[in-house]
Amino acid sequence: MTDPARGLPAAPRAGQAALRWLLFAILGLFALFYLMPLFVMIATSLKSLEEIRAGSLVALPARVTFEAWGTAWSSACTGIQCEGLRPYFWNSVSLSVPAVAISTLLGAVNGYVIAQWRFRGANLIFSLMLFGCFIPFQVVLLPMARTLGFMGLTGSISGLVFVHVIYGIGFTTLFFRNYYVTIPVELVKAAKVDGAGFFRIFWSVFMPLSLPILMVTVIWQFTQIWNDFLFGVSFSQAGTQPVTVALNNIVNSTTGVKEYNVDMAAAIIAALPTLFVYAVAGKYFIRGLTAGSVKG
Amino acid sequence: MAAWLERNVPKLVLAPSFVAVLVFVYGFIAWTAWVSMTRSRLLPKYEIEGFIQYDRLFAAPRWDTAINNLFVFGALFIAVSMLLGLLLAILLDQKIRAEGALRTIYLYPMALSMIVTGTAWKWIMNPGLGIEATVRGWGFEGFSFDWVIDPDMAIYAIVIAGVWQASGFVMALFLAGLRSVDEEIVKAARVDGIPTWRIYSAIIIPSMMPIFLSAFIVLAHLAIKSFDLVIALTGGGPGYATDLPATYMYAMAFSRGDLGQAASSAMVMMAVVFAIVVPYLYSELRAKRD
Repeated sequence: MTDPARGLPAAPRAGQAALRWLLFAILGLFALFYLMPLFVMIATSLKSLEEIRAGSLVALPARVTFEAWGTAWSSACTGIQCEGLRPYFWNSVSLSVPAVAISTLLGAVNGYVIAQWRFRGANLIFSLMLFGCFIPFQVVLLPMARTLGFMGLTGSISGLVFVHVIYGIGFTTLFFRNYYVTIPVELVKAAKVDGAGFFRIFWSVFMPLSLPILMVTVIWQFTQIWNDFLFGVSFSQAGTQPVTVALNNIVNSTTGVKEYNVDMAAAIIAALPTLFVYAVAGKYFIRGLTAGSVKG
Repeated sequence: MAAWLERNVPKLVLAPSFVAVLVFVYGFIAWTAWVSMTRSRLLPKYEIEGFIQYDRLFAAPRWDTAINNLFVFGALFIAVSMLLGLLLAILLDQKIRAEGALRTIYLYPMALSMIVTGTAWKWIMNPGLGIEATVRGWGFEGFSFDWVIDPDMAIYAIVIAGVWQASGFVMALFLAGLRSVDEEIVKAARVDGIPTWRIYSAIIIPSMMPIFLSAFIVLAHLAIKSFDLVIALTGGGPGYATDLPATYMYAMAFSRGDLGQAASSAMVMMAVVFAIVVPYLYSELRAKRD
């Protein structure tokens, strides 16, 4: 293919620079688009209600007040109770910590077995677990509600931990299996020759190699479980709701004056833990996202 | 005994998870499928009656709205997120100095709960005080933006919030794909004087087809499961104008006490997901074995 431009002098410097500027302008505008909601949330949460009613969405607060934050944390109403987000925030903490720990540990051991101790049927089991990751959870809501009832876990934090562990195993196993499958099987063989057993090899050989995938899995599970709403709203009761459900109740409670600044402060509080994780360990977060979709 | 244990310890370790998946995934799907064939209302009944629940479902105007919304929302959400993600990835691929910072900014919404996203956009699109009031304040008195309370437009408001949340993720996928294209081929094309846009449209993008497929699968999956975003942004309203299958199922299960409808709508959702995901997973698993 011949190029019509060949032989002509290189594009003039000025044109090149203008193009560069245009590129930056477009990228900058998109950055504004993505940042705008966060900015609006923060600005609104720091305004008084009078200022919100009188002023513009994108204006900085004229007088900064943290009153809405205090209300959102400790006295906003989520229905008939008016204790703010605080108890629900702790519900989310106390359900996500064990749920993340248990599902990650199970995933690590499962991945280790499937990748390194291959036996007949292991691949079939892996495929079945993998398909389980993709079901719409609506299809298990009804029987799970009844099962939690039989187990005496209806509306409890332990019930939610149980649900998150069960439906998290598929992804955690996938993560660890795909990571361990790249480790040569000779490693296990050599360790066996040295007399090490199944668990010994796992703890002393594989665990020390697993820090990156452990980070990816913990962050993935934490984000999923903290942000979950469907299980939270289906399987909790007054008092045991996770923070996402409480946030939705605050925003959509119809009693009294609509306090938009409190809504926004509450939304930021609910988002802070995952935003913090993203800020300090974004690299692993992105790896988890892409590993979940581009496998292998 | 000890030797037997020693030999079977890997199987024993995997067994609890395997049993859990069999019971709580496949067993539960079977239960839901069963109940979807009965006359269950508030309590489950177990006498099979055929497809009456599905007849009721497809005759219900509300379900009709939910399915239509799924197609409108799904098509727009997937198309716009993919286009925006691809555009951003290509622009970011031009050796930009602040690439890291921009990438972080584009992707952070993916770390948020959809309830937070919905809450934020509900406020931004608030007809009395949000963008509408702000633009009017700038002097454009006739400006109107009330999609969240307009039954015909509310579904598009949900598309905006969904695209805001997911497009950065598509950007990250595509950027990784762009970076994995063979440098040598691109260099050779540049030496031949092929213009940049041709290099993208004829060489780079066609070689990224597997990533388009992955992005499509993930977005389609997100669209079908979208529940939180609708609940937080419109609550399925006005009326049930923004109902999706997921919100329909939830309403039947937990507020209407109609288990038969809940089960049958969940089964239809699963059929849609599987129609999209199963061929993809099957080809992935086969490719790995080859």
